Amino acid sequence: MNAGKHDSFINSIMRRLQENWRTVVIIIPFIWLLMFFLFPFFIVAKISLAEIKIASPPFTKMVDWSDGGIMTVRIVFDNFLYIINDSLYVDTYFNSVKIASTATIISLLLGYPIAYGIVRSGPIAKPILLFMVILPFWTSFLLRVYAWMGLLADQGTINNLLISLGFINEPIRMLYTEFAVYIGIVYTYMPFMILPLYANMEKLDGSLNEAAADLGSKPINTFFKVTLPLTMPGVIAGSLLVFIPATGEYVIPDLLGGGNVQMIGRVLFNEFSRNTDWPVASAVAIAMLFLLVLPIIIFQYYQGKAAEDK
Amino acid sequence: MYGKRSRFLTIMLTIGMAFFYIPMILLVVYSFNYSKLVPVWGGWSTRWYKVLFESEEVWAAVNISLKIALVNATFATILGMLAALSMVRFGKFRGRTLFGGMLVAPLVMPEVITGLSLLVMFITLKQLFGWPENRGFVTITIAHITFSMAYVAVTIQARLTGMGQSLEEAASDLGAKPFKVLTAITIPRLTPALISGWLLAFTLSLDDLVIASFVSGPGANTLPVLIFSRIRLGLRPDINALATIIILVVAVCIAVAALIMFRQQKRDLLDQKLAEQER
Repeated sequence: MNAGKHDSFINSIMRRLQENWRTVVIIIPFIWLLMFFLFPFFIVAKISLAEIKIASPPFTKMVDWSDGGIMTVRIVFDNFLYIINDSLYVDTYFNSVKIASTATIISLLLGYPIAYGIVRSGPIAKPILLFMVILPFWTSFLLRVYAWMGLLADQGTINNLLISLGFINEPIRMLYTEFAVYIGIVYTYMPFMILPLYANMEKLDGSLNEAAADLGSKPINTFFKVTLPLTMPGVIAGSLLVFIPATGEYVIPDLLGGGNVQMIGRVLFNEFSRNTDWPVASAVAIAMLFLLVLPIIIFQYYQGKAAEDK
Repeated sequence: MYGKRSRFLTIMLTIGMAFFYIPMILLVVYSFNYSKLVPVWGGWSTRWYKVLFESEEVWAAVNISLKIALVNATFATILGMLAALSMVRFGKFRGRTLFGGMLVAPLVMPEVITGLSLLVMFITLKQLFGWPENRGFVTITIAHITFSMAYVAVTIQARLTGMGQSLEEAASDLGAKPFKVLTAITIPRLTPALISGWLLAFTLSLDDLVIASFVSGPGANTLPVLIFSRIRLGLRPDINALATIIILVVAVCIAVAALIMFRQQKRDLLDQKLAEQER
C-alpha cells in the first residue's frame, strides 16, 4: 500500500518533469551562472567602493547597522582616485594596452599568411597542417611559456648557439625583457588568430580571384581589393581573441618579463596576494573590465552576425 | 577552396610550423639531458624522470588535478549541453539575452578577474553561511565548471546548428513527443560534440593556473600551481620531464578524439542523406 503511494508520488514527479522539462533544462545552467558568474562581479564592484580595514574581510561594509540600528551607507571612490593619481597604475594600464596591441599586430602579420597557406593546401596536407596548429593549443599553456624560458635565457639555447657559431661573444639579454613578453604572447595566442582566419578564408569563393586576374588585376592588387576585405570578419575575430586575453595576461609577464615588464593582470594579482589590498585590487579589476568592455562587445557583435549568416 | 600555394605562403607555413614546434621539441630533448643545467648538454639520461616519479609532491598534485579535471569535465559537459539546448532549440524565453551573455562572457573574461571575483565570493559565502570551510578541491572545481561550461556550450551549439533538424522533424512526424525526440535523437547525435566538449573541459581544467591560484587554499596545490612555483625560480630539468609526459598524453588523446569525430561525421552525413531521401 505504502509502496504504491510512493510509486504514484514518483510518477507524478516524473509526469511534471516531462511536461516542464524545458524549464528545468534552462533553469539549471541559468542558476549556476547567476550564482558563480554574475553574483561574484557584484561583490567585486561593491568592494571596489569600500575602504581598506585591518580585519577579516579586509574592507569596510557598504551598509552598516551597528550604530544603534541606524543604517549608514558608505561608498568611497578613493580607490579609483588612488589608481588614477598613481602613475604606476596609469603607466601599467597603458603599457598593457601597448604590449597587447603590438603583439596582436605581429600575430596577425604572421598568422594571416599561415592561415591562407593552409587554405590553399591540398586535400591531404590541409587536415595535417590544421591538426598541427590545433595541437599546441591543447598542450599546457604554462609549459609552452616555460619552453621559451629555456630558449631565451642567458645560458639558453639561442645564446649558446649564437656563441658557438661565433656571432656574439657575450650572451644577449633576452629573458626578463619586453621582447620575451612579445614572443610569449605571439607564441601562445597564435592559434587563436589562425583558427578564426582559417574558418573565414575557407568560405571564400576562389572564382572572385580568377575573375579579378582575368580582368588584368595584379595578384597584390587582388589581395588588397578582394581577399583582404572579404576576410575582415576573420581578422577582427582573431585580433580580438588575441588582444582581450593578452591585455589581462599574468603568467607571461611574470615568467618571461620577470619584474621588468609591468602589466595590469600582474599588478592586480600582486596587489591582491602580497599587499592584500582588496579594495584597490577590486578597483583595478573594474578599471580593467572597463578597458575591455568595448572590444568584448565588438567581438560578441561579430560572433552574433557570423551565427546569423549560417 | 584549393588552389596553388605560392612560394611565399609555403615559406610562411614552414616558418610558422618551425616556430610552433622547435620550442616544444627542445623541451622534450632537454628532458633527457643528464646535466642539472637545462640548456647545457651532459649526455642522454632518464635520471630526471626518476626524480619526477619519486617526488611525492608531484604525485599529490597529479592526483588532485586529475580528480578536479574529471569532476569538472563531467559537470561542465552536462551544464554546457543544457545551456546549448536552451540557446539553440528552445526559441525565445525570458532572460535569454542575459543568459546568452553570461554564457559567452567567461570565454573572453581575463582570468585574473574571474579568479578574483570567485575568491571574494567564496569568502563572502563563508562569512555568511560558514561554507565553504576550506578552499581547495570544491572551490577549484566550482570555478573550473563555471568557465569550462562556456567552452562546452560553444562546441555543442556549433554542432546543434550544424546538424540540422531533419531527423528530429522526421521523429515528431512519426509521433514522438518532444522529450522523447530529445533523448532518443538529439542527445545521441550530439555524442561527438559531447566527447570533444568533455575533453576540452578536462584539458582546460588541467591547464588552469591563474584561477586555481586565486581560489585554492594552502595545501591544495594543483599541478600547474606546483609547476609555476618551481619554474618561477628558473629552469628545472624535472619540469622538462613532466612536460614531455604531458605533451605525449595530450597528443595521443587528440589523435583518438580526432579519429572518433571523423568517423562520426562520415556516419552522420550518411544519416542525413537517408533522412532527406525518405521525404
